[in-house]
Amino acid sequence: MNIPSSITTLIAGIAITLVSLWYGQNHGLLPVAASADANDVDDLFNLMMTIATGLFLLIEGVLVICLIRFRRKKGDMTDGPSIEGNIPLEIVWTAIPTVIVFILAIYSFEIYNNMGGLDPMVSGGSQMAMHHHGGHKIDNMVAMGDTNNSQVAIGIGKSPGVGDDEPLKVNVNGLQYAWIFTYPETGIVSGDLHIPKDRRVLLNMQAADVIHAFWLPEFRIKQDVMPGQESQLSFVANREGTYPVICAELCGSYHGGMKTTMTVESPEAYDQWVQERTVAMTGGESVALNPSELSDTDFLQSYAEDMGIIENTLQQIPHAPMNMMSALKP
Amino acid sequence: MSDATIHHGGDRKWTDYFTFCTDHKVIGIQYLVTSFLFYFVGGALAEVVRTELATPDPDFVSPEVYNQLFTMHGTIMIFLWIVPAGAAFANYLIPLMIGADDMAFPRLNAVAFWMQPVGGILLISSFFVGAPQAGWTSYPPLSLISGKWGEELWILCLLILGTASILGAINFVTTIFKMRIPDMDIHSMPLFCWAMLATSALILLSTPVLAAALILLSFDLMAGTAFFNPTGGGDPIVYQHLFWFYSHPAVYIMVLPFFGVISEVLPVHSRKPIFGYRAIAYSGLAISFLGLIVWAHHMFTSGTPGWLRMFFMATTMLVAVPTGIKIFSWCATLWGGKLQLNAALLFAIGFLSSFLMGGLTGVMLAAAPFDIHVHDTYFVVGHFHYVLFGGSVFALFSGVYHWYPKVTGKMYDEIWGKIHFVMTFVGFNMTFLPMHYLGMQGMNRRIALYDPQYQGINQICTWGSYILALSTLPFLVSMALGLIKGKVAGRNPWRALTLEWQTTSPPEIENFEEMPVLWAGPYEYGIDTESEDGDEDIEDMLTEVANVG
Repeated sequence: MNIPSSITTLIAGIAITLVSLWYGQNHGLLPVAASADANDVDDLFNLMMTIATGLFLLIEGVLVICLIRFRRKKGDMTDGPSIEGNIPLEIVWTAIPTVIVFILAIYSFEIYNNMGGLDPMVSGGSQMAMHHHGGHKIDNMVAMGDTNNSQVAIGIGKSPGVGDDEPLKVNVNGLQYAWIFTYPETGIVSGDLHIPKDRRVLLNMQAADVIHAFWLPEFRIKQDVMPGQESQLSFVANREGTYPVICAELCGSYHGGMKTTMTVESPEAYDQWVQERTVAMTGGESVALNPSELSDTDFLQSYAEDMGIIENTLQQIPHAPMNMMSALKP
Repeated sequence: MSDATIHHGGDRKWTDYFTFCTDHKVIGIQYLVTSFLFYFVGGALAEVVRTELATPDPDFVSPEVYNQLFTMHGTIMIFLWIVPAGAAFANYLIPLMIGADDMAFPRLNAVAFWMQPVGGILLISSFFVGAPQAGWTSYPPLSLISGKWGEELWILCLLILGTASILGAINFVTTIFKMRIPDMDIHSMPLFCWAMLATSALILLSTPVLAAALILLSFDLMAGTAFFNPTGGGDPIVYQHLFWFYSHPAVYIMVLPFFGVISEVLPVHSRKPIFGYRAIAYSGLAISFLGLIVWAHHMFTSGTPGWLRMFFMATTMLVAVPTGIKIFSWCATLWGGKLQLNAALLFAIGFLSSFLMGGLTGVMLAAAPFDIHVHDTYFVVGHFHYVLFGGSVFALFSGVYHWYPKVTGKMYDEIWGKIHFVMTFVGFNMTFLPMHYLGMQGMNRRIALYDPQYQGINQICTWGSYILALSTLPFLVSMALGLIKGKVAGRNPWRALTLEWQTTSPPEIENFEEMPVLWAGPYEYGIDTESEDGDEDIEDMLTEVANVG
């Protein structure tokens, strides 16, 4: 009796392992990965998926077997065996999850570190510089002065200038319900993000009104964008295409509509885009206009079409920060 | 039927349930019925939310109303459904399980209950002044600018319910430590009492912190201070730390009592001792302790420095170990047993199967690099519904069916109970399983309008939620049929060994005619059935007890 059942167990174990290994690699649950970091995150997820599938099949299997095999016969009023515990078994099933958890924690740490998750904390020096470029909104923020002293930058990504070529810096401003991207080097202001492939990008992000979150699903990165405090994201895109940029933190009624796109293009195409934009910005009447001096309304009006913002939303944008101030006065 | 049953066999007038009654059993029922009423309100809100999400456009309700709906849904389900439902079980069962005649502080107990309807009505009345719409997390600065009075009512409601929860916890701890019958040492106490100890410890340690956060938020809102308001120099991230210091443990406050319920239901209906009594008891305490040091995993993408994320990643993952011990022990309890597949046990197995899923995705979410991708998406929505619906609610229904004969003295209708289980299980998985995929693909949560590419899967979720809503009908039918024409249950229809089954059904007003005798451990099943000359007392006692009444 023992021998056949242990063979069954062995076969079941092998089957579960094979199914888990296969499904862990072929689940197809994640969108395309457009950066090396995203591939790392996917590898971690695949490992977790393999382990989870194995545990899922094991425990659901036990439950199904119990449901079928151990039903009480009609009229049988006797009890099952009086088994109150089994120390070796309990040690095994405590030890196995502990080991799995340690492996996952170390692996996650490794990937997190590779993504630059631990780097921003030494980048305090670069923070100060960023504020000078900090977009048109930042001057309005009373709180700015207090948080500039922070030595810990919040976010993910290699610190600028550390072990990399000079990254492309973009200032990101989140406001109800739009993203505004300012390229400090060229003065381009845009409602969608364009970046070259294979070059490090550093986003310095701040919110004008409430907390938003900057999410790039195809890059597996997300970071809250806060009023009064700067946060950063840094990454290298390695796949051309147009990807969604989504606000993931509840920011008000049209939160669901707060999205735009990020276009990853070849360096040549990117340079061309920069030129077109620069010409557009310097041509005609807008020569004298520095975006940081425009009011929100004037500034946004010209980009509303680009960003596909609906009329209703646009009405709210210029007023949002002001409303907030006045609403908070006692 | 004994004289005691006839004279005062726990028969209460229906009007007693609308009074400031200090009987813990009345209070238990008051809690349970009240929380079920709020469950139906919260569920109705969820159905509107799902109906809105059947199409990508905000066409069924406006985006503002949508935000109010999910904010109220979350708040009601957490603070007015699951937490008080746990308190309902604890109030009804703890004195009976330890052989006491009431809770340690009966009046405090009644006060704690009557704060529920007050808090609940206050919260629902906020619909008249513009309900809160900043989510149940109510993060500033959004919560400071999106409707003052609704937000203030929300704060008041939570302060009241938080206070009630602290009063309840004080009562549970004191009762468990001071009022057990003399024979019962702490290691022969039913596991539900252990679970309530762990829960109460969490409530006492973390709820005051939420109160602090809410009071400061209220100052910002009403008095123009700037604790959390960045325009005045405040730090909104501090609010998140204070909020999650309570609200992560709150997850365990919501599931630990139901872990206790499962530990009671499984041994009785599979006729086997609970596997690893001490492991289950202590792992509950371990979860309680670890629950206090994991809060920042809700903040991996907010203003949290990298090194801090790593600490919280490690502690969060560790929770998997005691949780795993419990799941394995419960499975081992079933294994080799003689399972009576009634609605109580089916819901318990449904709990195991769905909670497992929530646990597995929980470990994934603990891993910071992956969490950063799926934070604030439908993956998280799917995950926590597997934990809180698949975990708490399935176990709650299991407990309701299990103790129904004790509370009412009648048997529930088994057929409708099973229909209830099947519909709940199908509706639940259909609603929440596809959400994991949505989240990973790029659908963020708390949105009334979404990308049209997700419409198909959202419609599956919506249809699933309708099945889930309808599944409450067979439940009500089963309960009602039981009351109207259910078989008389007797003292101990399940032949269970814990003390509550030694008294009449429903228990008389002072609980026990005389001090109950501890003639077996709470889970000593199967000890004498196969021995020829062994101790047959237990079986005899059980048969005798089952026949009485």
